[in-house]
Amino acid sequence: MSDNLIEIRDLSFAYGQRLVLKGINLTARRGQVIAIMGNSGCGKTTLLRLIGGAMKPTSGSLKVDGIEMGQIDQDALYQMRRRMGMLFQFGALFTDMTVFENVAFQLREHTDLPEAMIHDLVFMKLNAVGLRGAHDLMPSELSGGMARRVALARSIALDPMLILYDEPFAGLDPISLGVTGNLIRRLTDTLGMTSIVVTHDVQESLKMVDYVYFVSEGVIEAEGTPAEIKASQLPYVHQFVHGEENGPVPFHYPAPDYAADLGLAA
Amino acid sequence: MQRATLDLWVGLFVMAGIVAILFLALKVGNLGSYDNGETYTVKASFENIGGLKPRAPVKSAGVVVGRVAEIGFDPKNYEALVTLSLAARYSFPQDSSAAIMTSGLLGEQYISLEAGGDEKMLANGDALKITQGAVVLENLIGQFLYNKDDSQAEPAAP
Amino acid sequence: MMQTLIGHIRGIGRRSVDRVWRMGVAARFFLLVLLHSGTCFRRFHLIIREIFTAGVLSLIIILVSGLFVGMVLGLQGYETLQTYGAEESLGVLVSLSLVRELGPVVAALLFASRAGSAITAEIGLMKATEQIAAMEMMAVDPIARVVAPKFWGAVISMPLLAALFSAMGVLGGYLVGVVLIGVDAGSFWSQMQAAVDFKEDILNGVIKSVVFGIAVTIIALFEGYDAPPTAEGVSRATTRTVVTSSLAILGLDFVLTAFMFRGV
Repeated sequence: MSDNLIEIRDLSFAYGQRLVLKGINLTARRGQVIAIMGNSGCGKTTLLRLIGGAMKPTSGSLKVDGIEMGQIDQDALYQMRRRMGMLFQFGALFTDMTVFENVAFQLREHTDLPEAMIHDLVFMKLNAVGLRGAHDLMPSELSGGMARRVALARSIALDPMLILYDEPFAGLDPISLGVTGNLIRRLTDTLGMTSIVVTHDVQESLKMVDYVYFVSEGVIEAEGTPAEIKASQLPYVHQFVHGEENGPVPFHYPAPDYAADLGLAA
Repeated sequence: MQRATLDLWVGLFVMAGIVAILFLALKVGNLGSYDNGETYTVKASFENIGGLKPRAPVKSAGVVVGRVAEIGFDPKNYEALVTLSLAARYSFPQDSSAAIMTSGLLGEQYISLEAGGDEKMLANGDALKITQGAVVLENLIGQFLYNKDDSQAEPAAP
Repeated sequence: MMQTLIGHIRGIGRRSVDRVWRMGVAARFFLLVLLHSGTCFRRFHLIIREIFTAGVLSLIIILVSGLFVGMVLGLQGYETLQTYGAEESLGVLVSLSLVRELGPVVAALLFASRAGSAITAEIGLMKATEQIAAMEMMAVDPIARVVAPKFWGAVISMPLLAALFSAMGVLGGYLVGVVLIGVDAGSFWSQMQAAVDFKEDILNGVIKSVVFGIAVTIIALFEGYDAPPTAEGVSRATTRTVVTSSLAILGLDFVLTAFMFRGV
């Protein structure tokens, strides 16, 4: 059994004619927290979806736990997905069920465990994220940070080997940011999982990830440990990490000459 | 909402729906009195059935004793062939007569059965010998006008 | 000038092709729902939940509307029948109109606006908030778990609602005709029973309501599932559900009536 949970070699993906990802090479070892960063629209969410099997690669190889994700049938895909968890950007909790029922969902659907055991398991998962007391609330009564934590508890319900996080830090207050970041690290370590975090929050992620991949325009611009990334002098990475206004990603959207637009040209 | 309450409401709803269907079938429709028992068929030929429709009642002495099952055309004697479905508990003599009557002045038409005096009773598949067709309004008016003409013409003749 | 004309014609052509294409997609969706229905019959409580949402919660509007429609039929019917001295046939008028036509059709129209739009909005929002995607990622087929129970719940509720509508209508007609106006109760019921046949009228009415139920629910489910995951997309889909369902109901009503009541 390889040490690499995810092996992506020369992956390309196109939406119809538009090539979104070109020649991606990515490796994730078991037990690592990997961050995929980049500006909006660079293809990182697409990459996440490909790993999750929601779409098939146009060319190249994408192996999760040794299984080629692009070539499996629907049943095998569902089997794979039972060993994966996914955290969506705003939680995607089922709004017609309570917090408890949300976390219990996978247990009820995929296992035949008795209710008493499900009750205990749900409470343990909720306790891990600190929301055991909120088990009776409806998702509409939760704050954004709490909803995301419940979603996290839901995704670890079946003790997956891999969790994919889609922008877990988006729109959170500083306390929730810290909580979420710590939870991701702690759960990955204690449960022995692998986590792939797609984000553009530099501060939080660089604090707790093991390796970073920088995606821009569908290619991996840079990769390295957090320390290497922070010290990097590559223009794109530098602009991203330090939040510079102008760099490889320009400030001005392509436009004709300014003077001409204002009618001042000679 | 708790499972138990949900099930209760759904159960009540389904029961109410079934009750509604039963109400419609029995109180509104004719399921109650329909095919209540055995029936036997009797045929009758009419010169003119007028507006008689299938399922029209067959009455004797004003009481419904059966229904019109089928209306057909006899190509041999060019008359209407009506099949009546009579309740098995009522037997009629073989020389009974059937007439097509109208309920009220402009109501729907039905068949009136008048018992004869024969000792032998009608059996399944027998045919009624004596029939009287429907009164056709146009013929009636035509007759009326014809008579009127006659009575007007008479004083003129010597 | 020619160019704009050609442009318009091309637009019409493209829109028609799009609509036919969409109907094909909807038909495939229908087949998918039927194929995945096995799970929800094994876990019947899923369907029970949906019968509650679609059926029980529509009860009030169905019962009240049925009552009022019946009462109006009683009033209007009496006015017209009185001129021919045929007031005693009021029961026949009210019951046949309801059982054959108004019951199935109006109940289905009300169902489309209340339950149909709710179904579309619910599924559309589930898609927009990524709940459907989350379910897929958890290896639970959303069609089997969410869509199919809604379908069967609504299809089971529809004939029951139509029957309740007709029953309330007959009671409404009785209330107005017999209790308020004074038509003879005996002839009201007896003439009705003579005129309304179980197989011809009531059963046909039930068949109609089942067909309408299937049409409305599939349209509602498809529009919700196919809606763009934005607020505007979902609201447009909800409106389309009500409009398309209503047209489908009326169109199917004509086709079914032509088949069923041709001979009588």
